Amino acid sequence: MNGEDVKALLVRIADVMDENRDELCALDGEIGDADHGIAMSGGFGAVRQAVSEMQGGTPTEVFNTAAKAFLNAVGASSGPLYATALMRAGASVKGKDVIEGGDIAGLVPAMAEGIAHRGKANVGDKTMLDAWQPAADAAQSAGGGPAAALASAADAAEKGAEATADMLAQLGRSARLGERSLGHKDPGAVSAALMVRTMATVVAELEEE
Amino acid sequence: MQTKKIINNGDDAVDEMLEGILLAHGDTLKVSDSSTRAIIAKIGPRPGKVGLVIGGGSGHEPTFVGFVGEGLADAAAIGNVFASPPPDPALACVQDVNGGAGVLFMYGNYAGDVMNFDMAAEMAEMDDIEVRTVLTTDDVASAPRDQKEKRRGVAGNFFIFKAAGAACDEMMSLDDVERVARHANARTYTMGVALSPCSLPQTRRWNFDLPPGEMEIGMGIHGEPGIERGPIKTADEIVDEMMDRIFDEMGADAGDDVAVLVNGLGATPLMELYIMNRRVQARLQDAGLNTHATWVGNYCTSLEMAGASVTVMHLDDELTRLIDRPCNCAMFRVV
Repeated sequence: MNGEDVKALLVRIADVMDENRDELCALDGEIGDADHGIAMSGGFGAVRQAVSEMQGGTPTEVFNTAAKAFLNAVGASSGPLYATALMRAGASVKGKDVIEGGDIAGLVPAMAEGIAHRGKANVGDKTMLDAWQPAADAAQSAGGGPAAALASAADAAEKGAEATADMLAQLGRSARLGERSLGHKDPGAVSAALMVRTMATVVAELEEE
Repeated sequence: MQTKKIINNGDDAVDEMLEGILLAHGDTLKVSDSSTRAIIAKIGPRPGKVGLVIGGGSGHEPTFVGFVGEGLADAAAIGNVFASPPPDPALACVQDVNGGAGVLFMYGNYAGDVMNFDMAAEMAEMDDIEVRTVLTTDDVASAPRDQKEKRRGVAGNFFIFKAAGAACDEMMSLDDVERVARHANARTYTMGVALSPCSLPQTRRWNFDLPPGEMEIGMGIHGEPGIERGPIKTADEIVDEMMDRIFDEMGADAGDDVAVLVNGLGATPLMELYIMNRRVQARLQDAGLNTHATWVGNYCTSLEMAGASVTVMHLDDELTRLIDRPCNCAMFRVV
């Protein structure tokens, strides 16, 4: 993947967040304040705009531009979390014009580390980390090429997001719900799974080319 | 079906509101040169004075922007509706109000706000500006007493910001302003009740479900679920439930002074707020407490939510002096 491929990946994520905006808002309305879809679609919309206006750029530069755009468009809690994730993704491939092999699968653990560092959540707290951490573990332990590794990461993220329905929220606004958060999936974990799945799809398409 | 709102485009709602505010209140407010979401008091910042920066999501007006002005906050960082501002506007506020004595961040205790304002504070330290933070946690319904630090900040912001802003205006040191702010927060108690949901300008759909005929005690100002849902009761019964809880938390002695805020969430008429105030004052009197000052109106709203909150600040000599100190903000004055 070169810088242009990273831009294309980010634009695809923006499309997916647009398509799922209302559903993510509805999920959030059950346990939060119904704006998660707006944050994700608005944030990646700003990313789409910022990377489209870039002339060239290494993968690291593209990730950093995306991080800044996301942060300034959103704020909220997803702003700092995804800005940190995107910056960590950029840092993990610093100095490379083209990312290959293990570095592609390594983007997922880099992003997960950024989210864990900024949000200070633990696995099981019913947050986006419950999708990102299993995805990171799967990406690191999976054999095969980057597409296969990302596909298992996406499976793990989706499973992790499903599992948040059985968790009691410990952080964020929904933490004040106590047991009333049970039975509802965490919207941040659901959008995380969408993102990892999109990464897997885009990387599989690149491998086929 | 979409909810009805007098807006143009939902995505432009916050910026168009700010435009209107600046056109109405240009005598006291200006926008920062470095961020369109940083609103600065024209005569607030001055050399040697601690700068007070407040902020948070939009949709609660007059909180936060309406409390920027001489004697209260020096600046407000403005987020999207119900969403924390990013670090940039908060950092712009710090840079614009820094008078060399340090800056205090004050905002409600929400995970997103904490992350964004903390990032801004880290950036400000790189510019060698000392920034401290005091979170407001006045909503007694939002977490049990043994987890007070997890509580949300809601309408009590009004008193807590007022006390801290007056302390800054008295030219107290950053240490003293921080102490006053923590003290004010510890002695401010809010209970809310919601009667109907609100809708975000970008979605124009009800953001939670509250059936006709029902109310929810303790609901948050973004529709976070409260502690008890049930059929709507009379004003006196609702106020009694709120005041019982506030008295229990406050532990005041007969003869103590309090300040009272009966706050509307957006769609509840003043008539109902004053009916509530009647009972609030009766309960305070029964408890032998003296009401030093009362405010009734829309001070911390939740878009078009119907409902109200009652805030009681347990005064002492210092807090009384600070609450009484004059201030001149776009949407709030003490003379």
